[in-house]
Amino acid sequence: MRNAVGDVQTVLVLGGGSDIGVAIARRLVTGGARTVVLAGRRPEGYLAYEQALRAAGAINVHRVAFDADDTDSHPGVVRDVVSLVGDLDVTVVAFGVLGDQSVDEHNPVAAVAVARTNYLGSVSAMTVLGQQLRKQGHGALVVLSSVAGERVRRSNFVYGSTKAGVDGFATGLADALHGSGARVLVVRPGFVVSKMTAGMDKAPLSTTPEAVADVVVKGLAGSATVVWAPAPLRLVMSVLRHVPRPLFRRLPV
Amino acid sequence: MTTADTLLTGWGRTAPTRAAVSAPSDVDAVRQVLANAATGRGVLARGLGRSYGDAAQNAGGDILDMTGLAGVHALDIAGATVTVDAGLSLDALLRHLVPLGLFVSVSPGTRYVTVGGAIACDIHGKNHHREGSFARSVLAFDLLTADGEVRTVTADPDSEVFWATAGGMGLTGVILRATLSLLRIETSLISVDTERTTDLDDVMARMDARDDDYRYSVAWIDLLATGAAMGRSVLTRGDHLPIDALGPQERATALRYAPKNLVTAPSFVPPGLLNRLTVRAFNELWFRKAPVAQVGHPESIAAFFHPLDMVTGWNRIYGRAGFLQYQFVVPFGEEQAMRRIVAELVEHQCPSFLAVLKRFGAGNGLLSFPIPGWTLALDIPARMTGLGPLLTRLDERVVEAGGRVYLAKDSRLSPQLLPGMYPELDRWRGIRERLDPQRRFTSDLARRLQLF
Repeated sequence: MRNAVGDVQTVLVLGGGSDIGVAIARRLVTGGARTVVLAGRRPEGYLAYEQALRAAGAINVHRVAFDADDTDSHPGVVRDVVSLVGDLDVTVVAFGVLGDQSVDEHNPVAAVAVARTNYLGSVSAMTVLGQQLRKQGHGALVVLSSVAGERVRRSNFVYGSTKAGVDGFATGLADALHGSGARVLVVRPGFVVSKMTAGMDKAPLSTTPEAVADVVVKGLAGSATVVWAPAPLRLVMSVLRHVPRPLFRRLPV
Repeated sequence: MTTADTLLTGWGRTAPTRAAVSAPSDVDAVRQVLANAATGRGVLARGLGRSYGDAAQNAGGDILDMTGLAGVHALDIAGATVTVDAGLSLDALLRHLVPLGLFVSVSPGTRYVTVGGAIACDIHGKNHHREGSFARSVLAFDLLTADGEVRTVTADPDSEVFWATAGGMGLTGVILRATLSLLRIETSLISVDTERTTDLDDVMARMDARDDDYRYSVAWIDLLATGAAMGRSVLTRGDHLPIDALGPQERATALRYAPKNLVTAPSFVPPGLLNRLTVRAFNELWFRKAPVAQVGHPESIAAFFHPLDMVTGWNRIYGRAGFLQYQFVVPFGEEQAMRRIVAELVEHQCPSFLAVLKRFGAGNGLLSFPIPGWTLALDIPARMTGLGPLLTRLDERVVEAGGRVYLAKDSRLSPQLLPGMYPELDRWRGIRERLDPQRRFTSDLARRLQLF
């Protein structure tokens, strides 16, 4: 249960190998969470994360298998996690693939693979988690969206369009859950220096998984519904959103 | 009977969760809700919602609003006992009793609690050092248990069900009815002695020396005063005024009782209204306004016991973020621990204008809060930075000193510290499990503190 000072006890990360997902879990553990479930494609590879979480104070860390693409399995995975650890105070939808824009935009199979993981996988996971939180009557669903979905750009529109879809679904789900005791926090990070972006050139206003986690935990402590990381991106994107197409197309972003 | 999905919080207005709330008007309706309760999410009785934290919340499950069951069944004036429904408020009960020359044996700081809640939290008042907690005045109660049976449970010292239910936070069943022993009074006034004390040691010494001469005793403590004034207090002690203290004309109205709610807190309050500056100013005024020493000042029951009830919805003055109350007790002999905790609170300048210090007498019950020792209760805005870590440090000091925090007020304790605070926890768990093996009764507090 969440307590009066906003600390939580139990955290589930879907996308247990995500740097941002693990960083959020770690910050919540520092705040008092004692049980963390890391669910992802390669749970055997999360030992280092488990050790870091234990070092931060977690008492129970579980690593379980979860495949975002296998949407039929999602209800079962969440059911098993709940029977393992009880109510979920914070759930994080952190999985996703970046793809390779130069290949994906010409290859329908590759483009659909990105869409399947990022959009369909998230739609399924958010639906299943939304039902669980509604049933519990409490809990938060943290959804990692992206500024890439705020206004989809030429340079990464395959990935960006999936995040636009995720963002829209999550925002609608937030309204659907209003009054249910459950809430959704949509996170819109900019360029995050992490495994996912390894080898890429840093964009302006780039950030780190730890900084994103700080923003998320602060948002959870209050009543935020959308947070940006770093915060000034909100302003930047509200300008970019209104730039005319002919100009936007040529922007080096 | 209709149910309504409702977001509920405790009095501190933190951590809302949703429950299906129904308001039964008879025992059969209570039984029906219990029988139909959603699997896995359970049922919990709720009274007037004055517990500060999540004690009367049940996320995703059912809540029985018991305030519709509020009858007075048998009032024995000669024997000074009364049998009432659990949903009756002490406010309504006192309006029956006081004009008849009777009073509840234990009165908390607000009249707006139900009898059922008073038993489930085993509440205490300003007379705990002499007369113990609320359960001590309960002769018997009817308890609806998970099997659908109603058991009449008497206050037998060996009754496991009685002592697991008194202070059991509503987790053993639904208290339906209770018979209480009452106190005889001759007037509706309290004769109050007031003293200002210079610091914490001064107030503790005065309480040690003379508390036992008074039925009622409590000290308001200024937790913002620093240096030599640290812990300066206003100590008020008293007893019911005897009739012969009144003049002949006053005697006809000696038992008049008409407490009023003077004002209602506004529904919107700017965030941060209660900050260090405003609370320091309030505390300074409150301290200065108290007489340095005054003896035998007559006060009304409402003014002496329930001053905050005059402001309807006073919890709203903390704004949207809400507040929490921290109340702990450390045993006698651990005065040094109390001093260190007060020093730490003062050092952090917690903007608390409702801090009270009191001495407890003997305790009872398995999860009941009071044990012989010193208790301090304070209100703190939930948005204060660093509050979580500060209170966690204080929890550790309290456990080290052999003390505990009060579950009826708790909203943030970690489950790991609970067994150290409540050594009878495992025994309580065993009794509870026998009464309710399927865990039909549960609460957010039970989930957060892993009580089962």
